[in-house]
Amino acid sequence: MLNKSYYLILIISIIIGISFWIGFNVNLLPEEASINAPIYDELFKILFIIGLILFIGMTALVIYSLFKFRKKEGELGDGIALEGNLSLEIIWTVIPSIIVLFVGIYSYNIYDRMGGMNELNHNHETMNKNSEKIWAGISQANNSNSGSGETAIEVSAMQFAFLFNYPQGEFISGELHVPVDQKISIKMESKDVIHAFWIPEFRIKQDIIPGQPTILNFTPTKIGKYPIICAELCGPYHGGMRASIIVEDKSDYEKWFNQNNKTNL
Amino acid sequence: MTILVDNKAKVKESLQPKGFLRYFSFSLDHKVIGIQYLVCGFLFYLVGGTLASAIRIELLSPLSDFLPRDVYNQVLTLHGTIMIFLWIVPVVNGAFGNYLIPFYVGARDMAFPRLNAVAFWLIPPSGLMLIASYFIEGAAQSGWTAYPPLSITTPQSGQIIWILSVLLLGGSSIFGGINFIVTILKLRRPGLKLMNLPMYCWAMLGTSILVVLSTPVLAGTLILLSFDIVAHTGFFNPALGGNVVVYQHLFWFYSHPAVYIMVLPAFGLVSEILPIHCRKPLFGYTTMVFSIMGIVVLGLVVWAHHMFTSGTPPWMRLFFTIATAFIAVPTGIKFFNWVATMWGGKISLNSAMLFSCGFIINFVFGGITGVALAQVPFDIHVHDTYFVVAHFHYIVYGGSVFVIFSSIYHWYPKVVGKLLNENLGYLHFALTFIGFNLCFAPQHWLGLNGMPRRVAEYDPQFQFVNQISSLGALFMAISTIPFLINIIISITKGKIAGNNPWKGLTPEWLTTSPPPVENWEGEAPLVNEPYGYGKDYLL
Repeated sequence: MLNKSYYLILIISIIIGISFWIGFNVNLLPEEASINAPIYDELFKILFIIGLILFIGMTALVIYSLFKFRKKEGELGDGIALEGNLSLEIIWTVIPSIIVLFVGIYSYNIYDRMGGMNELNHNHETMNKNSEKIWAGISQANNSNSGSGETAIEVSAMQFAFLFNYPQGEFISGELHVPVDQKISIKMESKDVIHAFWIPEFRIKQDIIPGQPTILNFTPTKIGKYPIICAELCGPYHGGMRASIIVEDKSDYEKWFNQNNKTNL
Repeated sequence: MTILVDNKAKVKESLQPKGFLRYFSFSLDHKVIGIQYLVCGFLFYLVGGTLASAIRIELLSPLSDFLPRDVYNQVLTLHGTIMIFLWIVPVVNGAFGNYLIPFYVGARDMAFPRLNAVAFWLIPPSGLMLIASYFIEGAAQSGWTAYPPLSITTPQSGQIIWILSVLLLGGSSIFGGINFIVTILKLRRPGLKLMNLPMYCWAMLGTSILVVLSTPVLAGTLILLSFDIVAHTGFFNPALGGNVVVYQHLFWFYSHPAVYIMVLPAFGLVSEILPIHCRKPLFGYTTMVFSIMGIVVLGLVVWAHHMFTSGTPPWMRLFFTIATAFIAVPTGIKFFNWVATMWGGKISLNSAMLFSCGFIINFVFGGITGVALAQVPFDIHVHDTYFVVAHFHYIVYGGSVFVIFSSIYHWYPKVVGKLLNENLGYLHFALTFIGFNLCFAPQHWLGLNGMPRRVAEYDPQFQFVNQISSLGALFMAISTIPFLINIIISITKGKIAGNNPWKGLTPEWLTTSPPPVENWEGEAPLVNEPYGYGKDYLL
C-alpha cells in the first residue's frame, strides 16, 4: 500500500514537472509589443500549465486503464461491482471547484491589471458631448510612465478598410502611426457592418459596432510594424481587411505627424 | 398504467410499406424514425464534410484562389449550419433518442408517434431547401451566426431561405424535445423508477428541457431578423435605430445551450457504452444525474461569453466568466466518473470502446481550452480566431461525432442483427483520430498568432501550419471510406450478431435483433439495474 502511494506521488510529480517545463519553455504566442502583452502572457502561462497537468493526467489515466484492465483472451465474467465512492466523488468535485475559483480570481486580477475594470472614457475634444454613451471596450492599466498625456485617435471601419482620423492634426491616414511608450486611446465607429480591431502583438481586440462607439486604450512598448486585423466576418473581402500599426519613437512620430498635420498650414 | 394501443393507428400501420420501403414512408415506428434520422443526418454529414474539404483546399494557399470570395462565405455558412442543425443535433437527439428511449422506459413507442414522424419529415425538405438556395442567388453568406447588419445587407434570398430552413429545423427539434420529455416522464413501464433509468434517459431529459426553453428564443429572433430583411423594420438594423448587440444576446441565448444540446446526449450515450464494454457498473449514477441537471441550469446562463469583445460592460464580462468556468465542475465529475467506470473493469477494446476513449481524450482537451476561453482577458486576444475554431471542433467533432461513431459500432448489431467488421473499425478509428488531431490541434497556434476565423486569405507565415491542418482534413475525409464499406458489406455479409452480442443489461439487449415492431414479443421487461455488472445477472 505504501509502495502504491509512493508510485502515485512520483507519477503526479513527473506530470507536474513535465507540464511546468513545457509551460516555461514552449512559447505559443507572438511577440509582446504592448503593456498588456506581458500581463496576458502571464495568464496564458498559468492556464497552459494547469491545462497540461489536467490533460496529460486524464490521458494517462485513460491509456493506463485500457492496458491494465484489458480483458484477457477467453476471459469471462465481469469487473468488480463498484457503483460509486462518495469520498472520491467529493474529491473530484471540490478540487476542480478550487481550480476554477483560483483561475477565476486570478483572471479577474489580470483583467483588472489590463485596465478592464477602469471606467471607460476617451480623452478627446468630443468629451464635451457628455450625452454620448460609450458602450464597451477595454480601458487600460494606469501606468506611470506615460505621464505625458495620451494620444487620441478615431478609427472608422468600413467594408473593407480601416481609416484613422487624427483630430489634433485634422487629417486622415490609412496607417496607424503611434508613438512608443505612450498611452493611445482609440474611439471606434463602423460605417456599415460589425468589424473588429485586433492587434495580436498587443493582445487586444474590440468589435467595432455600427451605431455604438467602442473604445480601446493601449500603450505600445516596442518600435515596429504590426498588423491590424479585422476579426469579425464582414463580407467577401473580410480576409483582406487589414491595416498596419507603426510604432515609432517620439521624434519619428512627430515628424510624420507634422508632415500630415493640416492645422499648421 | 397500461400502454394504450391506438387501433386505428394499427390498421394504418398495416397499410404501410414493408421492408426497405418503410424507411421512405411516414412510418410511426420509433425504430424506423430513428434510422431515418441517422441515415438522413449522415447524408447531410457527407455534404457538410465536402464543404469542409472545400474550405481546407482554399486554405492551402494564403491567397483567395480556389473559390470566389462570396462563394467561400456561402460554403462556410452552409458547412456550419448543416453540421449543427442537420447532422449532430438530429442524430444525437433524434436518431439515438428515438431508437433507444422507448426501450429504456419500457414502452412500445414514443408518446406521440405522429408528431415524431412530422418532426423527422421536416428535416429533409428544410435541408434540401437550404442547399438549393445556393442555386438561386447564392446561399446565405453571413456565417451560421447570421449577425446583422451583415445578414441584412448580403443577398436576401439566400438569407431568407436560411432563416426559413433553420426555423423548420428548430420546430422539428422542439417537437422532438416535447416528445422525449413526455415519453420519459409519462410512458415508463409500471414499477420503473426515474432513478433506475439508464443514463441516456437523463441526458435526453436535460437536453429536451434545454431545447424546449431555448429554441423558441432563436425562432423569435430569426423571425424578427426576417422582418428586418423583407419588411425593412428596424429591430436589429442600426441604420433604422436598431440594436445589433440585442440580436447577439438573443441568438446566443439559444446557440450556447445548442452546444449542450449536441454534447449532453453524447455524454448519455457514452454512459451506456462504457459500462457494457468495461463490464462494470456506471460509476456514481446519482452524481451523474445531478451533474447533467447542473449543466442544464448553468448552460442557460453563460451565453454572453460569446460576446466578450462585443458590446458588453465589464460587470457582465465577469459574471459570464465565472458562470462559464463553473460548467467545468459538473462536466469534470462526469469525466472522472467515466474513468472510474473503466478502472478495475474487464475492458474489451473494440471499435465502440476506442471511439468512446477517443471522445474522452478529445473532449478533455476541448474542455480545457473552453475554461481558458471563458476568462475574459484570455478571450479578448483569441476571440473570433482559429483558436476558437479549434476549440469548438474539439467539442463538437472530437466530442459529439466521435460518440456518434462509437454508438453506431455499439448498436449496429442490435439495429441490423449483424456484426460489423472490427478491423475496418480499427482502421476507421485510427484515420479519424489521427486526422482529427492533425487537422485541429495546429489551429490553436494559428489563432494565438494572429489568424482570424472565416477568412479565405491569410498572412503567408501561416501557410505551412494550414497545410498540415488540411492534410489532417484529408485523413478525415478518407476515414469515411472504410466506415461506409463496413456498414454496407456487413448488412449482407456480416456475422449474425444474436440478440445480445455484448451481454448488455439495458432493455434494448433483452429483445431480438433487430427488434420486432412493438419492441417485445411479450411484456416489456422490468430492468431495475441497467448497470448491474459483476452481480451475476449474466444470462
